[in-house]
Amino acid sequence: MNTGVPQAGGADPQRCDRTGSAAQALPPQPCALLAVRELSVTYRVAYRRGHALLRAVNGVSFELARGETLGLVGESGSGKSTIARALLRLVPAESGVASFHGTDLLKLSGARLQAMRRHLQLIFQDPLASLDPRMNIGDILGEPLRVFEPQLSGQQRLQRVLAMTRAVGLGAEQLHRFAHELSGGQAQRIGIARALIIEPELIVCDEPLSALDVSIKSQIGNLLKDLQRQLQLSLLFISHDLAAVRFSCDRVLVLYLGRVMEIAGCDTLFKACRHPYTRALIRAAPIPDPVAARARRSAPLEGEIPSPLFAPSGCVFRTRCPMAIDRCAREIPLLRQVADSQVACHRAEEVGD
Amino acid sequence: MTAGPPLRIRGLSVRYPSDHGQIEAVRDIDLDVAAGEFLGIVGESGSGKTQLLLSILGLSAPRAELCGSIRYREQELLDLGSAALNQVRGNRISMVFQDPMTALNPYLRVGRQITEVLRVHRDATARAAERRAIEMLESVHIPEGPRRMRQYPHELSGGMRQRVMIAMALIAEPEILLADEPSTALDVTVQAQILSLFQELRARTGTAIVLVTHDLGVIAEVADRVAVMYAGRIVEQAPVHGLFAHPRHPYTEALQQSIPRIDAPRPTHLASIGGAPPNPAALPAGCAFAPRCIYRLPICEAVTPPLIETTAGHWKACHHDGALGKLRGEAA
Amino acid sequence: MSGAQGFWGQALRRLRRQRMAMAAGLLLSLIMLACLLLPLLSPYDYFTPHFELLSRGPMLAGGHILGTDPLGRDLLVRVMWGCRISLAVGIAASLVSVLIGVTWGATAGYVGGPTDALMMRAVDILYSVPFVPFVIVLTVLFGRELWLIFLAIGAVSWLDIARIVRGETLSLKQREFIEAARVSGVRGAAMIARHIVPNLIGIVIIYATLAIPTVILFEAFLSFLGLGVQSPLASLGSLVADGTSEMQSHPHLLIVPAAFLAAIIYCFNYLGDGLRDALDPRDR
Repeated sequence: MNTGVPQAGGADPQRCDRTGSAAQALPPQPCALLAVRELSVTYRVAYRRGHALLRAVNGVSFELARGETLGLVGESGSGKSTIARALLRLVPAESGVASFHGTDLLKLSGARLQAMRRHLQLIFQDPLASLDPRMNIGDILGEPLRVFEPQLSGQQRLQRVLAMTRAVGLGAEQLHRFAHELSGGQAQRIGIARALIIEPELIVCDEPLSALDVSIKSQIGNLLKDLQRQLQLSLLFISHDLAAVRFSCDRVLVLYLGRVMEIAGCDTLFKACRHPYTRALIRAAPIPDPVAARARRSAPLEGEIPSPLFAPSGCVFRTRCPMAIDRCAREIPLLRQVADSQVACHRAEEVGD
Repeated sequence: MTAGPPLRIRGLSVRYPSDHGQIEAVRDIDLDVAAGEFLGIVGESGSGKTQLLLSILGLSAPRAELCGSIRYREQELLDLGSAALNQVRGNRISMVFQDPMTALNPYLRVGRQITEVLRVHRDATARAAERRAIEMLESVHIPEGPRRMRQYPHELSGGMRQRVMIAMALIAEPEILLADEPSTALDVTVQAQILSLFQELRARTGTAIVLVTHDLGVIAEVADRVAVMYAGRIVEQAPVHGLFAHPRHPYTEALQQSIPRIDAPRPTHLASIGGAPPNPAALPAGCAFAPRCIYRLPICEAVTPPLIETTAGHWKACHHDGALGKLRGEAA
Repeated sequence: MSGAQGFWGQALRRLRRQRMAMAAGLLLSLIMLACLLLPLLSPYDYFTPHFELLSRGPMLAGGHILGTDPLGRDLLVRVMWGCRISLAVGIAASLVSVLIGVTWGATAGYVGGPTDALMMRAVDILYSVPFVPFVIVLTVLFGRELWLIFLAIGAVSWLDIARIVRGETLSLKQREFIEAARVSGVRGAAMIARHIVPNLIGIVIIYATLAIPTVILFEAFLSFLGLGVQSPLASLGSLVADGTSEMQSHPHLLIVPAAFLAAIIYCFNYLGDGLRDALDPRDR
């Protein structure tokens, strides 16, 4: 049931008022650059002898303000990568609204979709795989300019490419090289450069640090943070690594089996979270300090993530939740404000003690 | 009459040819694994940690050249022929791999794969092996053992497949379990379960575990002793608390400082290590970490530092004398 | 200086290390050189009969190094012409089939959906056309022209390449750098031209190289049936056919063209294998 705000077409971005039960309890936010409401993405998969509908993303709503970094955290099956791809129109969304500059991203097509692409870019998880093995780096970086600024002369394009290359900490000699000659860290810098070269406003970073060596993660993490601040970018930072999210993000959204469990400011989430799943995630995240790691004697979360094809009724987390009650099986908890977080849990008030 | 540590590695080097020249994956490693201990080996890609593990069980690439010594009890593993090595593998020393999906045979039922270990090494009857296998499944917390035995690997989840691998590895009650990034491919909540399982099994059976990972957090969670590898060498080796509290090698210190933490206040910047891990086909002379090291001395680029013991049980391979601490804002 | 080691640079290096492929390439180049130059340098031509020198065996001293054929024509020159024709047919027909096959397969694979289904069903139907009767009908209708042979063979062998290219395109579509290009705004024809086709070239070269011997053999087969090139022109196939009937009395008439045919086919096969090792992206 779609209770989202219709923002398609010419809705005034200055108004930003909301209706819909999902949003009722939420205080008004400064105007959002991106407002996602009830996003759902379904895949048709082969199952037994027929097909089944796999709901990878189920009614996800969130907002991203200008200049803000929002972390999307979750494990496998959480739908975080699918959200990225749906927003970038790489996979079709089943329903929902993604309001960007007053237009619904999900309903765009043709020339308008093409025009939107220059404001919304993506950084990939596997930097080497995201670079065309047959093109040299200079051409890879120049391509978005060819598409969106065809009026540039070859020389002007080269200048922009050079400037961007330097901005991500690489030298001009990289431009003649090919993807397989680069290290993971260098390739990711090129990925970042390519995303930035047409000066987008919003960048979705899909696990940008996960494929990098430990000693390189911090370099690229710093780079992203610096660039974001310099260029006033809005970032959607998708990751399963809580520590990376804590470093990079202003606000965090926790996903489980395609649904939002909790949204809170970064410090609030890590210090006083309000959802049992968030708490379990934080407790399971490794801490590089034996004293701290061993001091937190808590039993790990039981069971495993159910298949999205057989999502539990009511609250999808209830099969593993140490605090589950009858109500959890009957009633899907709605996202509501509890203390400083938005939580989808019937017992949110009791968490964090 | 304790013969000392069951596994003693001395001067191990592994080299193999590749498109880009000779790769020196492992260079002159000395390492002991004591009975029942939990040894963590931490390193990035190119550090040689996986090659080290593979060479113990003779699983290196066919064109690899190994020299040095790997002694398990009285046997020199590098001298053993394949029949004798098979006696050791899975039986006395066994291994768990990173990706359970590729490590399990997709065409055989799970039960068949687990019982195979016993049928090969203990000459057990099918019935006895099956009973033992179901016991093992219980001990790795897989419920409904008999049903699971008849399933195929693709019918199990990632975490369960990894548990099956662990069951296979431990069913013959080996003395040493080698684990190559066993939880890296798993979700973080499942990783916590697997690490907890390792600890539980070790407490129960006394099996020594050698766990290779790139994740310092995992090491901090479970290891007794840690060896840090860089470019094929061990650069630091110490009990876990000592290593984290007082790292003696610049790489260890830098690595520790560069990892963001969820339990500490948020820094504006992470202390990052400049440069990139060296190319194993073109290693620099002297200390391989020197190009990236903030404590670098002229001697570092000329002479490879030997691994020497500083305080009890704490070894480092570094020319820099005295305490580190620049990265933590302490006086140099 | 590792510098600008393009994909091709790296591939060439890997190819150089394949000794069999390099040897095959060398031999092939020598044969090509020979078949181009020798007829020009030789005092004999391939069509004038010399009735005083019928079916002589090889005689190094007397001018006809490899002997003569039943009409007194120099065997060496005829075999060199045979090589020319066979190679020309092989290479030209492969080129035609590559052009058609790549366009067809890449479009079907990239566009997908019902268009893809339609295009590949067309391929399936064409596969079922019996080739030899088809060529016979063509030669009856249009005569035994050389270009017709090119066309007929090319028109059929594109089917294999189309299937392979479509498969590769389908798997390429899933690759992350294609997604990245889409996010960068590339679409349609630009995507196919700039990203898909360059990544297909490797596999196309491999299959084209391996298709050439198939084509040559097929032409030889046609010639054997009497459907190939018209005399006095000869292809290796027709020479082999002629030689077969003289096999008992003058074995050199069979052995020489057969040896060259076999050599050319082996060389292309080895070269194709070597190229596959050098270019196959799976090798990375």
